[in-house]
Amino acid sequence: MVRYLYHNRLATDIAGLKMKTPVTTASGTFGFGLEFTDFLDLEKVGAVTVKGTTLAPRAGNKGQRVVETPSGMLNCVGLENPGSDYFLKETLPKLRKYKVPIVVNIDASSPEEYGELAAKLDVKGVDAVEINVSCPNIKDGGLVFGTNAKSMAQVVREVKKNTSKVVITKLSPNVTSITEMAKAAEDAGTDALSLINTLIGMKIDVHRQRPVLGNVTGGLSGPCIRPVAVRMCYEVAQAVRVPIIGMGGIMCAEDAVEFFLAGASAIAVGTANFVDPAIAETISLGILEYMDQHNIKKLQDMIGLALPERQ
Amino acid sequence: MTKYVEEARVIGQRVLNRATKQIDLIAPRIAAEAVPGQFVNVQVSRRTAPLLRRPLGIAWVDKQHGAISLIYRIIGDATKILADVCSGDVISVVGPLGHGFDCSAKHPLLVGGGTGLAPLLYLAESMEEEGIRPDVLMGGRTADDLFWKDEYVNLVERMGLTTDDGSLGTRGTVMAELPLMLQRLHYDCVYVCGPAPMMKAVSAAVTEAGIKCQVSLERYMACGLGACLSCSCQGVGKRIKVCQDGPVFWAGEVTEW
Repeated sequence: MVRYLYHNRLATDIAGLKMKTPVTTASGTFGFGLEFTDFLDLEKVGAVTVKGTTLAPRAGNKGQRVVETPSGMLNCVGLENPGSDYFLKETLPKLRKYKVPIVVNIDASSPEEYGELAAKLDVKGVDAVEINVSCPNIKDGGLVFGTNAKSMAQVVREVKKNTSKVVITKLSPNVTSITEMAKAAEDAGTDALSLINTLIGMKIDVHRQRPVLGNVTGGLSGPCIRPVAVRMCYEVAQAVRVPIIGMGGIMCAEDAVEFFLAGASAIAVGTANFVDPAIAETISLGILEYMDQHNIKKLQDMIGLALPERQ
Repeated sequence: MTKYVEEARVIGQRVLNRATKQIDLIAPRIAAEAVPGQFVNVQVSRRTAPLLRRPLGIAWVDKQHGAISLIYRIIGDATKILADVCSGDVISVVGPLGHGFDCSAKHPLLVGGGTGLAPLLYLAESMEEEGIRPDVLMGGRTADDLFWKDEYVNLVERMGLTTDDGSLGTRGTVMAELPLMLQRLHYDCVYVCGPAPMMKAVSAAVTEAGIKCQVSLERYMACGLGACLSCSCQGVGKRIKVCQDGPVFWAGEVTEW
């Protein structure tokens, strides 16, 4: 591992997951990372969070899967992925050649299946699992667990029981109280939280007079959701002790800084990867520049600065 | 093949018909590697709206001067902004993306409609450079849609034209001309790019005639790199990504049009 990358000023720690920079990639927006090696050095990213993985392969949703919206986009990919066997056999060996922590986003249709998948991924080369209880685009998993505190806690306990890796729970914004969900995940033993997943939305084609997306509704992402994400991060940071990976519409270093000030220990870049495939590397350099301008020595010194107790 | 993000300087735009323009860009690294059938993902604005890049097929490459040309229809906010870009402006272009055509045909026919005729134009040019003049069959709604004939005229042997309203060439779709051309002219490969119904009908007829057929698919996509899976569809026994595994496929590999 390149020890002094970014002069060690950006180092961060998510429940034992040590990262050289707090800039990670959001699941589903960075493929398996290997698609981006022409544009950036994977080892200069904090962690690569790979595409949502299920026990068996999934074909995803039919029809149009993506549509642009004002300063954002809706997607209803529906967790298409080649399945856990393929990931372990074909993808992980290639990805392991890079010295970068690997986080696998997992999704299943029952707490037991989440446990089974976590156990299967409890192998060398995988550094953490991110529990996806917030995918809005499938009927038999994801959000079903992410909108009910009890079911979510059950999933978190099953995963914790079945893995030695760092467990991150990815929260959905499509709930009445995000702090209640965050606390439930913490009480169930999650090591860290990531937030937010996409907001459910839809677009109607006014000329054809019907929904644009094949799945009717989709997950809204991009800069249009950033204020919601920052607010939720700010609230959750005051409600829990576990570290937070903040995400939602981060397009540049200043956007990332908002999340640190709101209490996040790391951030993830999502939709921006589609616009600029080198952005995950660029943002780390931008954060350093911001720190120089504001006389901040280490990333840790600015985490939570905007929270009420620090004002 | 390496993909690049290039800050490309615009060297000109040209009006082709009421809703179609050609933009010429200096993008030397993309120009050096691009093959016919590949595309680029163009950022029309540095603002957050429109947010996503727009995928456009490469219509022409000047390797000597490091230039590429794209032909696009002005249909939405993003292409309206692109239409207003001026010479000297710099736009960000990612490419070259996807896999191109298998160019090994000795007696090829190109069949296209709309902006599908853009990647076929680059194909015709590169074939002509190799001393093979393809035939082309193009369809449009009206004569105005077939401005393409002037772009192709110096590159091809025979040109078939069809319009829905009969204002130019044969009345009807390309299917009004295709069967007779296939029967008489003994092609060894047909290359198709156009609206989905055209590609479906043409590839069925070509396959039935026992001739090899390549199609270039179009899908909504976000990244163009195989990461977002917006353009993924069902192939034969496996999932295929239009941006990465395509956009060019053998007709037999495609099950969803």
